[in-house]
Amino acid sequence: MRELVVTSGKGGTGKTSVVASLAALARRAVLADCDVDAADLHLVLEPQIVRRENFVGGSKARIKPGHCTACGKCEELCRFEAIHYDGPGNGRVGKTFRIDTLACEGCGVCAHFCAEDAIEFGPVVCGQWFVSETRFGPMVHAKLGVAAENSGKLVTQIHRVAQQVAVERDRSLVICDGSPGIGCPVIASLTGASLALFVAEPTASGLHDFRRVAELSVQLGVPGVLVVNKADLNAQVTEQLEQEARRCGIAAVGRVPYDPEVTRAQIARQSVVEASRGPAAKAIRAVWAEVEPRLESTSPASAGGLLQLVNR
Amino acid sequence: MRIAVASGKGGTGKTTVATNLAWVAAAGGRDVAYLDCDVEEPNGHIFLKPAIAEERVIERLIPEVDPDRCTHCGQCGQICQYSAIVCIGRQTLVYPELCHACGGCTLVCPAGAIREVPRPIGLLRLGTSGAVRFGEGVLNVGEHISPPGIRAVKQAAPAADLIILDAPPGTSCPVVESVRGCDLVILVAEPTPFGLYDLKLACEMVRALRLPFAVVINRCDIGDEEVRRYCARNRIEVLAEIPDDRAVAEAYSQGELASLAVPGFGDRVRGVLEKLFSGVAA
Repeated sequence: MRELVVTSGKGGTGKTSVVASLAALARRAVLADCDVDAADLHLVLEPQIVRRENFVGGSKARIKPGHCTACGKCEELCRFEAIHYDGPGNGRVGKTFRIDTLACEGCGVCAHFCAEDAIEFGPVVCGQWFVSETRFGPMVHAKLGVAAENSGKLVTQIHRVAQQVAVERDRSLVICDGSPGIGCPVIASLTGASLALFVAEPTASGLHDFRRVAELSVQLGVPGVLVVNKADLNAQVTEQLEQEARRCGIAAVGRVPYDPEVTRAQIARQSVVEASRGPAAKAIRAVWAEVEPRLESTSPASAGGLLQLVNR
Repeated sequence: MRIAVASGKGGTGKTTVATNLAWVAAAGGRDVAYLDCDVEEPNGHIFLKPAIAEERVIERLIPEVDPDRCTHCGQCGQICQYSAIVCIGRQTLVYPELCHACGGCTLVCPAGAIREVPRPIGLLRLGTSGAVRFGEGVLNVGEHISPPGIRAVKQAAPAADLIILDAPPGTSCPVVESVRGCDLVILVAEPTPFGLYDLKLACEMVRALRLPFAVVINRCDIGDEEVRRYCARNRIEVLAEIPDDRAVAEAYSQGELASLAVPGFGDRVRGVLEKLFSGVAA
């Protein structure tokens, strides 16, 4: 089984539009939306959910106001400014300490060292993940809770489930829609992937951000290919992107021109290749023709180091 | 006043809004600082071209185990929620990238075998761009966790009257860290289905944090009416609608500040600032 991860460094370069089109063209893939922060692929693929599970990413602490003696030990030990001296009073003290759940990093130090055993600490549901059916095949996706943490762990979970679904359904490819940036969700998406497809835009920011995510993929040992989206916006930066890619051993496999049909397709809830025969659709078809044979020569997808660490 | 510029979806124009607000406000005589909190992919420097006066290494603490004192009791591995320290047989291993620097292992170790040592995770850069005071954090490639870098940038904020924070995309911990403590969050949205969905997520996030917020609709004529309708229905203030403009896109692609390169753009930005300071949005 191969895993193709579409990622970008910079946000808003067209990852999801590319993934939706590749899903339509591949027809044998399991789709995984690893952009759990702002998952948009479902808006085009309109999945019918067949399995729904809670995601328990980590734990949170909560002070039991009746037991707190307001000694202040927890506040002293918390490194995340999550403990405030404004909780309700009880028979012994006028005020107790309170934990700001959104600031709580889930380390459990306060609960461990509380002399009164007044702090509950346990796993919390911080999102949901789904297995769905779409017109192009199975899809694994998720919704992270509001302002939740542990998006990297949720990405790892989606990865693992998508690989299981691929085995069960006898599909040889997983296509992942990645998140922007270079931090934990991106590292979790790229770890163990067969091939990274970078979607970059020819802007000064796009070039800067591509350099960093390309460096990350080199560090992680994941081979990559580059697609320049809206390539006609700036021919000079397009050249620079492709040069930079070659320097990192990344092949430039296509240029997609700016085409208003991309937004029109999105509004019609369709992938670009379904909705249009215009220049962008044509270019994306050409990209798939380049990428598909390359996938054969890549390494099979593996669970990856992060997964092993996270699930130990 | 501290104003964060954020968005659920990436590439909607956060940096364009944030850098131009900072520049135009400073040109109008205000005391302004711009802080780039997108430490994974900071882009503000491309447009503001700051003269950097100071660089500091951003560090965070990680445990260091003294093998002579370690008794391999395993308590450090038990308290650690992040699998960043593990005791396997006669070895205690530290995985620095996974460490959240909570200090639990050091506190719990009965043998006093663990101490915390600083480890570099990125670079803080401070300087000036014209009259704008500039700060950014740059996370080292390969680091997993960005919030400590964001905290470092926010702590280094100069005491300006107006502080503009350029947030990373998304709605999870790095964004929460960036917008926390701000007086107002400006959400930059695109009028497309993806833009609307991600705007809704971003609104949920700022509501959960109980922060006042308002919206700027960027490239307001490229899609449909749904973002506008959503804002009207939910009584969300729309500070500005910026039309799609090839000249703005080209200036952006070349790393030029739109309010300097594109006639009329600065006036739009001034309009937003006037609304902000007349208290409409607050």
